[in-house]
Amino acid sequence: MQSASFFELLAALLPAENLKVAEEDMRPYECDGLSMYRALPKCVALPEDEAQLAAVMKLCHMHRIPVVARGAGTGLSGGAMPSPDALLLSTAKMMRLISVDPLACTAVVQPGFRNLAISEAVSQYGLYYAPDPSSQIACTIGGNVAENSGGVHCLKYGLTVHNIRKLRVVLMTGDIVEIGSDALDSASPGGYDLLALMIGSEGLLGIVTEVTVKLTPKPQLAQVALASFASVEAAGAAVGHIIAEGIIPAGLEMMDKVATEAVEGFVHAGYDLNAEAILLCESDGTPEEVADEMARVAEVLRNAGATDIKVSQNEAERLRYWSGRKNAFPATGRISPDYYCMDGTIPRAQLPRVLNVIAELSTKYNLRCANVFHAGDGNLHPLIMFDGNVPGELERAEEFGAEILELCVEVGGTITGEHGVGVEKINQMCVQFSPKELARMHEIKHAFDEHGLLNPGKAVPTLHRCAEFGKMRIGKGKPMPFADLPRF
Amino acid sequence: MIESWQNQIKAAAAKGEKLTIHGSGSKSFLAPQGQGEVLDTRAHAGIVEYDPKELVIVVRCGTAIADVEKAMAAADQMLAFEPPHFGEHATMGGMVASSLSGPRRPYSGAVRDFVLGCKVIDGKGDHLSFGGKVMKNVAGFDVSRLLTGSLGTLGVITEVSFKCLPLPKAQQTRAFEMDAQSAIVAMNRWYAEANPVTATTWVNGKLYVRLAGAEPAVNSAVARLGGEALSDDVDWWRDWREQSHAFFGGDGPLIRVSCKSTAQWGDLANGADMQAIDWGGAQRWLRTASIALPAIREWARAEGGHASVFRGATSQAERSESLQPALSEVSQKIKASFDPYNVFPSLS
Repeated sequence: MQSASFFELLAALLPAENLKVAEEDMRPYECDGLSMYRALPKCVALPEDEAQLAAVMKLCHMHRIPVVARGAGTGLSGGAMPSPDALLLSTAKMMRLISVDPLACTAVVQPGFRNLAISEAVSQYGLYYAPDPSSQIACTIGGNVAENSGGVHCLKYGLTVHNIRKLRVVLMTGDIVEIGSDALDSASPGGYDLLALMIGSEGLLGIVTEVTVKLTPKPQLAQVALASFASVEAAGAAVGHIIAEGIIPAGLEMMDKVATEAVEGFVHAGYDLNAEAILLCESDGTPEEVADEMARVAEVLRNAGATDIKVSQNEAERLRYWSGRKNAFPATGRISPDYYCMDGTIPRAQLPRVLNVIAELSTKYNLRCANVFHAGDGNLHPLIMFDGNVPGELERAEEFGAEILELCVEVGGTITGEHGVGVEKINQMCVQFSPKELARMHEIKHAFDEHGLLNPGKAVPTLHRCAEFGKMRIGKGKPMPFADLPRF
Repeated sequence: MIESWQNQIKAAAAKGEKLTIHGSGSKSFLAPQGQGEVLDTRAHAGIVEYDPKELVIVVRCGTAIADVEKAMAAADQMLAFEPPHFGEHATMGGMVASSLSGPRRPYSGAVRDFVLGCKVIDGKGDHLSFGGKVMKNVAGFDVSRLLTGSLGTLGVITEVSFKCLPLPKAQQTRAFEMDAQSAIVAMNRWYAEANPVTATTWVNGKLYVRLAGAEPAVNSAVARLGGEALSDDVDWWRDWREQSHAFFGGDGPLIRVSCKSTAQWGDLANGADMQAIDWGGAQRWLRTASIALPAIREWARAEGGHASVFRGATSQAERSESLQPALSEVSQKIKASFDPYNVFPSLS
């Protein structure tokens, strides 16, 4: 009975075309970028403005209906995976650019505005929005805020959390709050930094309806060096030497041979296929500054044993060198029916050890693995290749991935650098955090969402789940991830 | 030390008593006088880990900021948010708990932007660890940044890891005779035009612009912007950061306004010499009686920020701004989860 009246009330809040309840209309929403996990939601709501969104939240709160928020659905950890008993709330219809202040270097956008579209809209003022996740053509700023997204320029320009000034947020109760300010203080005197807490909270604390982003002046020039190495160890060591030289490159990326081979067959970026690993090192700033830094970078790379160094001579060449890195995921998708992207971060000094273990695991699980690596900030993206149609391969890929993540924690790193925990890495949270730390996170969620209605079951595991996970590991000697998730 | 603090906190919780977390006391003007026994963070000091190549330093709470900066300078690195010390023995724990950033803040980021991880003993005596020592980490809620600026209300921050940045190779400060409104426009425009600006302050009719980075970048910016060279610029910026500059002298209260960087000059303190413009326009310092605070707060709110008495406050209401009711409720619940027995100072 309650359910019927909920739908009637919901239908009164939204234009008919913005509420989807038929199975065929909801099918496009059944998964995000982690497509191996699928489910149909209870219904899909697409509010057009903050008032509609707040009204939907309030109604869900009253009826205790869980809410899963969704941006463009490009997330890689299943954070926007629907649940049959939850309303899926899409911000796709809230996609306006509200204002730009070129002098203050800020812009205000709605959550459904695309990441790259911000940079395009402010380009005329010589500004851009710095965080650039690979999915930036499609992903939305609301999703970026939820995941604290990164990209290839984080070492110098920061993550989403470093580039957001203010959020308007609808809480589960329907209350609308402003967090952060138009000034530089993220918290007001006597208040907590709730802005930092909200960013990367994976839709567990509130739904963002308006985002004030910080814009960065576009550097006059950017150049990228492409260096080849005879081993991944040598390339990894070169990264440390660049940092030791006092250089913070605008981007510093590494790819192993499996990755470059996949990429070259796809976009012809001009990578050296004889190299065991390549480094991309970008410098930006004034022409004089770039010339100075590039000369120093080239010297460091040569001394570190680079077998070949090419420096982009024009913008087209720079973009071509980057195109390989930015297309590493789809390129891997071309040489393998399926792939599974991991996202651990490690202290950089541990790179040789971690890559060696990944190579051993690749043999153990009999699955190929390409490694692309945000080398400057230690963020690894091993791409495990498998065929979902071969019985057992998906399970092997998941076990392989879980072992990589646990290794990242063991060497002093983290299970996720920028993709989020979602449903994917929820068991590994039990490895990274103690029960008391996880309990504190649940209490923080409770402070925002008393009844646990926002994106339940994601990002922070229950202690019960961790206990079960622990038992499973003792019983089998190895983890069996996601044992209780539905398989499709 | 950790265990003894855990016991001290548990004992206070059991007896319903309060504790005050205290470092060197350099920033005690930011909060009301504490109650109960003092927990002195200086007993837990030292650099735990520092590998300049990793760009990460891990320190215990009682370590002097000066010691950390010295160790980092030896490796040509720095805390890029340029923290004010406000005392020779100021500690890293106090720096994080008070979340004060210096002149570089608009251009590099705030304390919280460089915090990678925190360990904390909460009001139940549990020692918890959040974040870590890597640059990118989105596992779980960002509790380390929540603890940054929590002013000892959530627990004792015992250990913090920070991202380090290299010291700039070159630095120069240029001074310009300019009225306040022109200075506000210049500060904003010169940054937006991609100059390597790392500090901007207008005080007593002069705009000071610090340029730093690669030598060719600094030189070309100097040629573009002009102005006069400031010869003793390292000392000048230290005095400014530490509030030992003459503007901050005298006994009257000091009001801090946080506002949109482009907010137009407002004569909020009876005369241009009673106001300084900092942080590219986003921070304004006023020397005026706190009786003017309500009007200043109204101005600050209209300009997207807030205002409070930074030094010389006579009440907690002058130090802090009230929150929206829904956020106040969330904050109180967070406080209660960390400190259910109210061992630590209450959230204002």
